Amino acid sequence: MVRELVCIVCPKGCRLHVDEDNNYSVTGNSCPRGAEYGHHEIKNPTRVLTSTVRLDGGLYRRCPVKTDRAVPKGKLMDIMAALNDVSLQSPVAAGQVVLANVCDTGANVIVTKSL
Amino acid sequence: MTNMFDVCIIGCGVIGAAAAFELSKYQASVLVLEKENDVAMGSSRANSAIIHAGYDPLPGTLMARLNVEGNAMAEDLCRDLDVPFKRIGSLVLAFSDAEKATLETLLDRGQRNGVPGLKILSAEEVLQMEPQVSPKVVAALYAPSAGIITPWEYTLAFAETAVLNGVELVRNAKVTAIQKGADGGYRITTTAGEFEARYVINAAGVHSGEIHEMVAPKTFTVKPNRGEYYVMDKAECFRANHVLFQCPNEDGKGVLVTPTMDHNLLVGPNAVGVEDGDRVNNTAEGMAFVRGKAELSVPGINYRNAIRNFAGIRANTDRDEFQISIAAERFIDLAGIKSPGLSSAPAIALEAMKLLSQCGFRPEKKAHPITTRKKVRFRYMNDQERRELILRQPQYGRVICRCETVTEGEILDAIHSPIPPCSVDGVKRRAGSGMGRCQGGFCGPRIVDILCRELHLDPLSVTQDGAGSRLLLKETKQVGDEF
Amino acid sequence: MYDLIVVGGGPAGLAAACSAWEKGLKQILIIERDKELGGILNQCIHNGFGLHRFKEELTGPEYAGRFIDMLRDTGVQVMLDTMVLEINRDHQVHVISAANGYQVLEARSIVLAMGCRERTRGAIGIPGDRPAGVFTAGSAQRYLNMEGYMVGKRVVILGSGDIGLIMARRLTLEGAQVLACVELMPYSGGLMRNIVQCLEDWGIPLYLSHTITDIVAKDGRVSHVTVHKLDDNRQPIPGTNLEFDCDTVLLSVGLIPENELTRAAGIEMDPRTNGAVVYENMETSIPGIFACGNVVHVHDLVDYVSAESERAGAAAAAYVSGTAPEGGTIDIRNGADVSYTVPQRLRPGNVPKAADIFFRVRRVFKDSVIEVSADGAPLVTYKREHMAPGEMEHILLPRKLLDTVDASEITVTAKEA
Repeated sequence: MVRELVCIVCPKGCRLHVDEDNNYSVTGNSCPRGAEYGHHEIKNPTRVLTSTVRLDGGLYRRCPVKTDRAVPKGKLMDIMAALNDVSLQSPVAAGQVVLANVCDTGANVIVTKSL
Repeated sequence: MTNMFDVCIIGCGVIGAAAAFELSKYQASVLVLEKENDVAMGSSRANSAIIHAGYDPLPGTLMARLNVEGNAMAEDLCRDLDVPFKRIGSLVLAFSDAEKATLETLLDRGQRNGVPGLKILSAEEVLQMEPQVSPKVVAALYAPSAGIITPWEYTLAFAETAVLNGVELVRNAKVTAIQKGADGGYRITTTAGEFEARYVINAAGVHSGEIHEMVAPKTFTVKPNRGEYYVMDKAECFRANHVLFQCPNEDGKGVLVTPTMDHNLLVGPNAVGVEDGDRVNNTAEGMAFVRGKAELSVPGINYRNAIRNFAGIRANTDRDEFQISIAAERFIDLAGIKSPGLSSAPAIALEAMKLLSQCGFRPEKKAHPITTRKKVRFRYMNDQERRELILRQPQYGRVICRCETVTEGEILDAIHSPIPPCSVDGVKRRAGSGMGRCQGGFCGPRIVDILCRELHLDPLSVTQDGAGSRLLLKETKQVGDEF
Repeated sequence: MYDLIVVGGGPAGLAAACSAWEKGLKQILIIERDKELGGILNQCIHNGFGLHRFKEELTGPEYAGRFIDMLRDTGVQVMLDTMVLEINRDHQVHVISAANGYQVLEARSIVLAMGCRERTRGAIGIPGDRPAGVFTAGSAQRYLNMEGYMVGKRVVILGSGDIGLIMARRLTLEGAQVLACVELMPYSGGLMRNIVQCLEDWGIPLYLSHTITDIVAKDGRVSHVTVHKLDDNRQPIPGTNLEFDCDTVLLSVGLIPENELTRAAGIEMDPRTNGAVVYENMETSIPGIFACGNVVHVHDLVDYVSAESERAGAAAAAYVSGTAPEGGTIDIRNGADVSYTVPQRLRPGNVPKAADIFFRVRRVFKDSVIEVSADGAPLVTYKREHMAPGEMEHILLPRKLLDTVDASEITVTAKEA
């Protein structure tokens, strides 16, 4: 099956066609980065998840966090659920690991702001 | 059993509040019942914010007399109670010979009503005073005694001072029934419990017909009438120096353009009869009508500088007169108070005292009732005053509302005032926060924070305004949240 | 006496202060009204910042953190929780704070970096009831990301600006249902990657050329909105209504530079940007007062804010060291389909190698050119495969070219190739 998507690598917005039956080959791109994006996006779409966790004793009641690498799109809600169980105590430092290998994705959830 | 109050006032808009203030100077136990969670929640907070001169009402009416009296009282009252008020004068603009003739009629009426200083101005004189007015103007009626006021502050000033003088205010108390008790008092059933009082004053605004009919046969019908407005950023304030009216016609007093006490420009209203006196929505047609009409008086208003639309309800009736009378034994109507009700409020309160006296209630004056109020308004101060203020109390050095320069000290003053607010807009009406161009976008969360801190509230319970208007619906990151 | 006072400690102010320090200024003060530096980036917890500047994807707090760390290595002073009430042409800055009271500070130069604010419901006049539950996207973002509260459970978003799109994803991740994103214009105001990752990823429909025509309240909170398709004159088409039962409306309908201090100081303003008119080095009409970042014009990427602000900081340092611009001035006019340019004025004698000109186009272009002309004759053209109003454009005008210009103004035009 050929899947169609808009490339987001740059603002141009090329319409990519990705052939799932032909090793996810990409047409419609105007640069190699577009081909890579299309291939990856259909074969194994991933995203960096950013969210917050509870924080006690800080300037704010929530501390921002992110996965330190892109995780499979299908895992995002599982990771969100895992974050509900996290509660940090101030001070925290940017880069500090909150959850290691979250939901077996190989990614760590890390703090993005020292609070 | 509940204790028996001397007087129960139903409704704490500007009329109820003014009556409460007047009564609070006497040795009487007074109860005020308000159906909303704050005072000034109906017509009193959403109107043209004008103290009219008094040339509109027909001579001989109560409206004419009370308007002119109320106007005359406003200056001292506002000075004593620290309410923003300024006699900037008004102009009724005429754009044709027919309208010029209307000015003559208004002049005559005004003079018979006792309005001071009325004068008809030539087009040249008008344009000198108001360079932004349409050059098509042919003449105008000038009324120097007209003024602008902050109407919710007028109401709050009366109500707060009344409370300090011992008046009991119960909010969230909607009256559902009034019965005559065997002991000569009235038994008043509300959503906040039952109360008893010997005398009742009906100041229920758009609901004054319903309250009247709980006690007396129907004598008038309230016809709620909605008016829509634009509030413009201070950048547009230069377009008017006076209250600029159009000639009244079959549609009412026409659309006005006026500066406000905080140097915004107010444009509106239209006038549309509506069924629901509590619904104050804006409509695309109403807003277009207001823009179109205002263009005739002051062309070129830049609506990209609008900061808010609002709508208010007039408690119009099928009578061309306030419904002020003894409606039943020891039951006084201050009902059907439409425009110029805000202007007339303190005079209506004196009228209520007369009617109470006719009913047999003649309390002694208190020796030293509180009749003054003082508020800190950082934005109105000069540099030296600001310097001294912050030195005295550092919380006035932290700006919470950056658009209107309202400080934490003023927010705290509001929260700990005699009638503490329970909503973000309640703080807004008292302190002026969130009135500006960002409409509370920046200071809203900070005010929620301070409200919760000072009053030990859960943020989830804080409302924007009236009951039910919750701001926040849920806390994030709760263990067991499902996705 | 300070060498430089920077008004605002967001990304623009941080970059300006760091760059002025690097250029040798010693007495530098940043005045920030909030309790911490970083400005709006602190609530922008999503990633996508810094691709140009740091060649990696950072979250907002991380991007701000990089500059705050840089600042820590300098001697730049910071006043937090301090509000500027007034600046004037004599370079006096009136400030208040709970800690230090009312102060009048003096500086040889000033950089204005106050950022921008969100347009509100009142600015766009949405009819209907006025209940709780109508938020600007940024306010909702603060409640959600910093305070930990959901403003709503069933949400309709008006406007497809980036903050609105980002909030669509954030609210969805936190368990809310985002029912629709409604855009007045026939194109989105946000970046393509946000359309894909914030809406399409989650199946949130985007309605272009639509707007909210009514908001209905129940018990003080939003309960329903009506959306209509618009005709070519942006008027609702009867019968095209879409009805949504929801408790929240988020507005992402534009940003307005926050220039009350600028106006009150008597600095010349540009009605197109709502920001100050600036020269090539971000100097305003008052010598020694500079402006940068979203207070000058609303940027799409913070990376550009940093770059522009570094130029402003460096220029403030040059001003303090007594380097005065020489020669004449060229005004930059916007031609067809260009809505504004920043800077609005060039002093070729003060342009280093090239002048960076930022602008936005009025409509979507494919295969187009940007033409710079003087007296009707083209000076130079730049090819662009794609341009859209949501994306800032910029061109570099070489000093060599500017030196040949005899006219007092040049015009920037966008057109099909």
